[in-house]
Amino acid sequence: MGMTTATMTTRMEAIDMLAVGLGQYLAVSAILLVLGIFGIFMNRKNVIVILMSVELILLSVNLNLVAFSSALGDLAGQVLAMFVLTVAAAEAAIGLAIVVIYFRNRGSIEVEDVNLMKG
Amino acid sequence: MNWTLALPEIVLAILGMAILVFGVLRKQDSFHLCSMLSIGALIATAAFLIGGGSGVGFHGQFSADPFALFVKLLVLAASVLGIIVSLDYNEHENLRRFEFPVLILYATVGMMVMVSATNLMTLYLGVELNSLAIYVLAAFARDNLRSSEAGLKYFVLGALASGILLYGISLVYGFSGTMDFADIAKVLANPANVSAGVVVGVVFIASALAFKVSAVPFHMWTPDVYEGAPSPVTAFMASAPKVAAMALFARVMYAPFGHLLGQWQNVLILISIGSMVLGAFAAMGQGNIKRLMAYSSIGHMGYLLVGLAAGSQIGLRGILIYLVSYVFTNAGMFACIVGMRRNGQSVERIADLGGLGKTSPGMAAALTIFLFSMAGIPPFAGFIGKYFVFIAAVNSGLWTLALIGMAASAVSAFYYIRIIKVMYFDAPAPSLDARPGSLAVVAGFGAIFTTVFFIFPAPVVAAADAAAKAIFG
Repeated sequence: MGMTTATMTTRMEAIDMLAVGLGQYLAVSAILLVLGIFGIFMNRKNVIVILMSVELILLSVNLNLVAFSSALGDLAGQVLAMFVLTVAAAEAAIGLAIVVIYFRNRGSIEVEDVNLMKG
Repeated sequence: MNWTLALPEIVLAILGMAILVFGVLRKQDSFHLCSMLSIGALIATAAFLIGGGSGVGFHGQFSADPFALFVKLLVLAASVLGIIVSLDYNEHENLRRFEFPVLILYATVGMMVMVSATNLMTLYLGVELNSLAIYVLAAFARDNLRSSEAGLKYFVLGALASGILLYGISLVYGFSGTMDFADIAKVLANPANVSAGVVVGVVFIASALAFKVSAVPFHMWTPDVYEGAPSPVTAFMASAPKVAAMALFARVMYAPFGHLLGQWQNVLILISIGSMVLGAFAAMGQGNIKRLMAYSSIGHMGYLLVGLAAGSQIGLRGILIYLVSYVFTNAGMFACIVGMRRNGQSVERIADLGGLGKTSPGMAAALTIFLFSMAGIPPFAGFIGKYFVFIAAVNSGLWTLALIGMAASAVSAFYYIRIIKVMYFDAPAPSLDARPGSLAVVAGFGAIFTTVFFIFPAPVVAAADAAAKAIFG
């Protein structure tokens, strides 16, 4: 392409400046975590929304793990991220199964109806 | 890489799957048979455990040491007692499904992995394997609204705790650069490496584990789940998973984060005081005995955290001794609660025990032993547990904590002794049905153990000493 080494280096530097660093990943992940936790506690409508919030928390953790893994040059974080994906699938299956039997008994999955026993 | 160290876990997992397939393929009702096979599987696992070697395997991710051996044997014993307690109840309450003992087996595999974990990854997988099985168990009475509500509540809060645990793991991994407990300890030995990220991560992990042991700011789920879940599930949840979670808590705090003692000690002292005080006061007004046991177990976790907050080898020894007395007292107590039935209907109000001293003196005597033991009154096992835990606190200079613990223990004696008063001095309620043999065996075993342990604690103390030494090296 006839590009000199000098122009290539400047290009790379420009990309480096635009590149997303570890800090940005951690910030996005922290925002997702907070959204997930708020989704569980502020939600007054539907249990399904709680399940979605749980998934959001797990995804924020995955983002964290992969970002750290890449920054540290260590594969363990990515391995754990794969495990988290599998566990999240199992957890969602169990969660939905419990929601189904709850709906069968109660006829509703409104969060405010989950109040038979008071702590 | 020495995979034979994990042989007991592998054997138990394979036997669990084999029993599951057997139950599915066999056309008739196989609850009883599968329960017996599961008890056999647990005993076989214990044999592999005792015969197995010790060391670190799977590239440092899994450790078979005296500490793990001690706790795993206790967990296996608690699981066996859990299955025995479920036998008769499940027959009566139309829960005779063979998945029940299999789920207990899987939960037990998870607990054994938790106890042996020397890597944050192993820790997470163990915790999840244990939790996922117990979510299903809590909702096991699927036609019962209260059981499904208990399952739903436990699932939502448990999943949140897992998320918090994972977030803490990711922070510790990112800021220390490794997931291995020994390597984390090496990194954190240098105070320059202790960044805010690591401390926040440790706080997240500690919060999630406090949830798993139901210590105070994270205890809200306990009374509801204990009350709603089927009684044998409550009995199981109150013993084995608590033992494994407390052992994991101790290993995580002492092994990788031991150098951060100054950072987490005060947090644990606060959690411990909160649990002891709540356990002592909130249980007073309860009329439902399963709910009362929930607050009682929150209190017991507070006493155990006294030993953890001591941050010493003596503290860890105290925790292990306390756990032994807790498991067997608890199993006996729940064997009595599960057996409370009148005209074929399960009853669980304390008032239903009225006049039990006259109508069935054997059960009343056993319950009295368990209640005295839980209150920490000699001559029963609970006293030994509390003694070793408080001694550890005093040794570490935590006088106030030990004094608050003793005060909470005295206050909690009030509601334990109130039940004894109901049994012996109140107007008799209509008599309860005769207890089945399986529950009588567990209650009798628990009562004998609780008494004998007070007289001969030496073997358990020596084993606990060796186990604690394995962590502190």
